[in-house]
Amino acid sequence: MLKKHNYSAAELLTILSARQLSDGQVVFAGVGIPLLAATLAQRLRCPGLTILFEGGVIGAFIEPGKLPPSTNDQRCTKRANMVLGSAEVLLLLQRGYVDVGFMGGAQVDQYGNLNSSFIGDPARPKTRLPGTGGGNDIASLAQMIVAMKHEKRRFVEHVDFITSPGYLRGGETRQASGLLAGGMFRVVTDLAVFGFEAEKRRMQVISLNPGVSREALQDNTGFTLDFAPHLGVTEPPTDQELELLREFDPERLYTA
Amino acid sequence: MAKNNGKSRAATPQSYLELREDLLRRDRSLRDKVVSLEEATSFVRDGDSVGIGGSTMSRTPMGMVWALARAGRKRLTCARSIVSSDGDLLFASGVCDHIVTSWFSQGILWGVSKVMRHHVETGKARYDEWSHMAMGMRFRAGAMGVPFMPIRSMLGSDVRKQRPEAKEIDCPFTGEKLLLVPALNPDVALIHVQRCDAYGNAQIDGLQFMDIDLAMAANKVILTTERIVSNDQIRRAPDQTKIPFFAVDAVVELPFGCAPHECYGVYEPMLRHMEYYVGLVNADPVKGMRDYMDRFVYGPKSWSEFLALIGIEELLEAARAGESIYDA
Repeated sequence: MLKKHNYSAAELLTILSARQLSDGQVVFAGVGIPLLAATLAQRLRCPGLTILFEGGVIGAFIEPGKLPPSTNDQRCTKRANMVLGSAEVLLLLQRGYVDVGFMGGAQVDQYGNLNSSFIGDPARPKTRLPGTGGGNDIASLAQMIVAMKHEKRRFVEHVDFITSPGYLRGGETRQASGLLAGGMFRVVTDLAVFGFEAEKRRMQVISLNPGVSREALQDNTGFTLDFAPHLGVTEPPTDQELELLREFDPERLYTA
Repeated sequence: MAKNNGKSRAATPQSYLELREDLLRRDRSLRDKVVSLEEATSFVRDGDSVGIGGSTMSRTPMGMVWALARAGRKRLTCARSIVSSDGDLLFASGVCDHIVTSWFSQGILWGVSKVMRHHVETGKARYDEWSHMAMGMRFRAGAMGVPFMPIRSMLGSDVRKQRPEAKEIDCPFTGEKLLLVPALNPDVALIHVQRCDAYGNAQIDGLQFMDIDLAMAANKVILTTERIVSNDQIRRAPDQTKIPFFAVDAVVELPFGCAPHECYGVYEPMLRHMEYYVGLVNADPVKGMRDYMDRFVYGPKSWSEFLALIGIEELLEAARAGESIYDA
């Protein structure tokens, strides 16, 4: 679908999610596209963005071409403000110091619940996935941005397993379960940008990516989409954004 | 000695008096605790619950896991913040049939571990999933000598539904819902550090993960270390000492003891070896893993011989990258 553009789906995804961040925020970023997008935002528009990693890093400053293979590697600490224990950095989420949680997802549903644990019945799984890591903690305790590839099998009505909570079954169900803070804010894909409607807490399209029609988006989604009344069109990636992104990930470790 | 009675300590917190009694029975005197890697394996008994330090590919006590496989330990329950290829080896060697962690795969660069999938999906082994913070708070409770810690994550999720060991309560002060996660006091902790003295005063550089809580929670601690240094050297920078000697039961000097994973400031992961490994085992999680173990685990006469198989060039490259963390 994106073949006619001069960027890959993963690059578009990274750049669009980077645009969701603002200067001065404290962002807790997962490995992969979130780490890369937060770094891109930090170097392009948000010099005062503070990046946290679950390995125990505050104020990460990733170097071009030296992307870490996980958020627990020593590369994450280079030029950071502080290193601390894993529990300590996660407790910053619970205390409320984190403005945005930022992660990827294997499967998402209409209420923004994420699954990274099981495909199929968890009792007899078709596939055992790696699991939550810090994802459940981040999604339970902070406003969330999720960056993920848009595929019908990944955008489902109900996830097979709620690893990281969105709005659970919609409405007030998240709060009722005891999750008093945080919640899904944006889901960014290579096809569109989504927000969540204030009452039902259901996902809605707020902006279509360049060259994507409503019909094409619906065809690639496993549940009936709601569209925001004032539907936007995403600005395509700029040369500056693409150039910097490729400088950071020359080997396409995260953006293959 | 710890009592397991076939009952895994990973499930329920130990009674406080039993925890204290286990500690009283330990020889906590200031004494030389240096043993060989092979001798250190005798501190772990079949069926023990074992806490593993480091996280993902960082400061993993790989040498100790490797030695346990060679010693033929069985039925361990292993808990770690995040599990990488150490978990593949634990499962495939038969050392461990139960892993307690928040994330288990070789690393995000390689997708989902086929070795983990093979063992978990066929029911050969068990993977209990907790959130990362829950793992940390379970070790913290263990280190504090209390039976649980309250947390505000996992609530509402299916991760929580799969863990009846955790209990929801209404807070007696505020009425808010909280999740109580049970203390984890492993029989043994395996932790790799950059340096320690012969008594076990251990200094950790860089990311410490959950290792300090793990050390204080465990009923026994085996340290592997890049270098054994003098007690005088430890005393020159006591602020760098993260684990006190009286919590430590054995010290093994093991250079490149995390290979092919990384040790902060000393070496980065040996990614070519990791890629070779992942290619082999994900192509065929049974035969590939057996071939890998025959060649790299059971084949070598010593840890040094294993390192030689990784290759001097890759070790030097990893070391150069590791030390570069201190460059301006």
